[in-house]
Amino acid sequence: MAKPKVAFYWNASCGGCEEAIVDLAEDILKVVQAVDIVFWPVAMDFKKRDVEAMNDGEIAVSFINGAIRTEEQKEMVKLLRSKSGLTIAFGSCAHLGGIPGLANFWNRETIFERVYKGVPSIANPEGVLPKTKTQVGDKQLTLPEFWDTVHTLDQVIDVDYYIPGCAPPPDIIMDAINAILEGKLPEKGSVLAPDKSLCDTCPRAETKPEKISMKEIKRPYEIKADPEKCFLVEGIICLGPSTRSGCGERCINANMPCRGCFGPIKGVRDHGAKSLSAIASILGIEDEEKMTDEEVQKQIDQIVDPAGLFYMYSLPSSLLRRKKVV
Amino acid sequence: MKEPTIVSFLCNWCSYEGADKAGNARLNYPANIRAVRVMCSGRVDPEFVIQAFIDGASGVLILGCHPGDCHYKKGNYKALRRAYLLKKTLKQLGIEEERVRLDWVSAGEGERFARVANEMAETIKDLGPLKLEV
Repeated sequence: MAKPKVAFYWNASCGGCEEAIVDLAEDILKVVQAVDIVFWPVAMDFKKRDVEAMNDGEIAVSFINGAIRTEEQKEMVKLLRSKSGLTIAFGSCAHLGGIPGLANFWNRETIFERVYKGVPSIANPEGVLPKTKTQVGDKQLTLPEFWDTVHTLDQVIDVDYYIPGCAPPPDIIMDAINAILEGKLPEKGSVLAPDKSLCDTCPRAETKPEKISMKEIKRPYEIKADPEKCFLVEGIICLGPSTRSGCGERCINANMPCRGCFGPIKGVRDHGAKSLSAIASILGIEDEEKMTDEEVQKQIDQIVDPAGLFYMYSLPSSLLRRKKVV
Repeated sequence: MKEPTIVSFLCNWCSYEGADKAGNARLNYPANIRAVRVMCSGRVDPEFVIQAFIDGASGVLILGCHPGDCHYKKGNYKALRRAYLLKKTLKQLGIEEERVRLDWVSAGEGERFARVANEMAETIKDLGPLKLEV
């Protein structure tokens, strides 16, 4: 029997998700034994026309990482969608928008102004900005259109499953691949990771008091965090309460608080709003009945950039999706 | 012209009663204020507020018991902190802070309810309808 065909593709991403596949180490050999990789631009020499030549549904699974912010990315994922039985949003950017999704605080114009004119390290005396069409002699050069808004993969094509994480850890990837190969997939639309919050599996959970009270907010660089203690108890904002577990507590074990790359658990539609809610409920809980409005505000104002913090990985997938266009 | 919609979340124990009182006393308050009864102002998830905006509201009013009077002891303190942090966050996302207002109305304060509702309607009228492209 022919081996199932698999494709990998990347969009607005950093390449970390590609690394994650390579990080499967020896397990990659098992994967290659079980499937045929028919498209993987970062590692193998197949072209778009090779995919176009395939029949609809010929590819068993496409693993697509990265957010969608250009016309070319849209075209490629639509092509892969039509040729694939299953499409999987791979990693935070495809799943939630990820770090590139923070661009939704701006738009194309402000991004171009900054990147091609504003940054101190750029020399662009003529103020040239990328254009979709440029005439050079008798030739016309083209670039794909760059959008104002970064999108998650499921805002552009139908997505069957999500593999979360920045980048997804090897065990989560292998579990997903095994589930696909064995046909043991949960209902469509599921995130292929445990449905528990990070606090549930956190190695520091035992040191967590029954009632957490945050008073003074510390940013991670401001103190040397105790490697055993719950971050929230130390005054460091950690998105563990509102974030899905399954990451292997990589950040926690490196003594850094959670920033939410796995996204929310099932049923939550706005990861940032839920995180905000969780932190607001414990910040200044001590003596809350004695505090004046001004004292409450002072306490909350310690959070310098709430939107950037709570929506760090999830702005395009949030209810508002982006900063309002004025 | 149709007035922009304002969704109000009213706590069951104080503010909803306060709104009732306003009605019984035949006090006027704007028809574009839509009341949603919740058990406590502390139950108002920031998601509810954002969803109200997505669904076309131009303002959200959250009313609870006065500090110290919460039926669940401390729900309104949480509401206070959440509302303030939410307003800060929404401002960064381009939504004016004044579109969310948290205030306290007790069961006996029909007049206060009418006043707060009228003030909110005025504020939102000045700001104009919220146009989101989601």
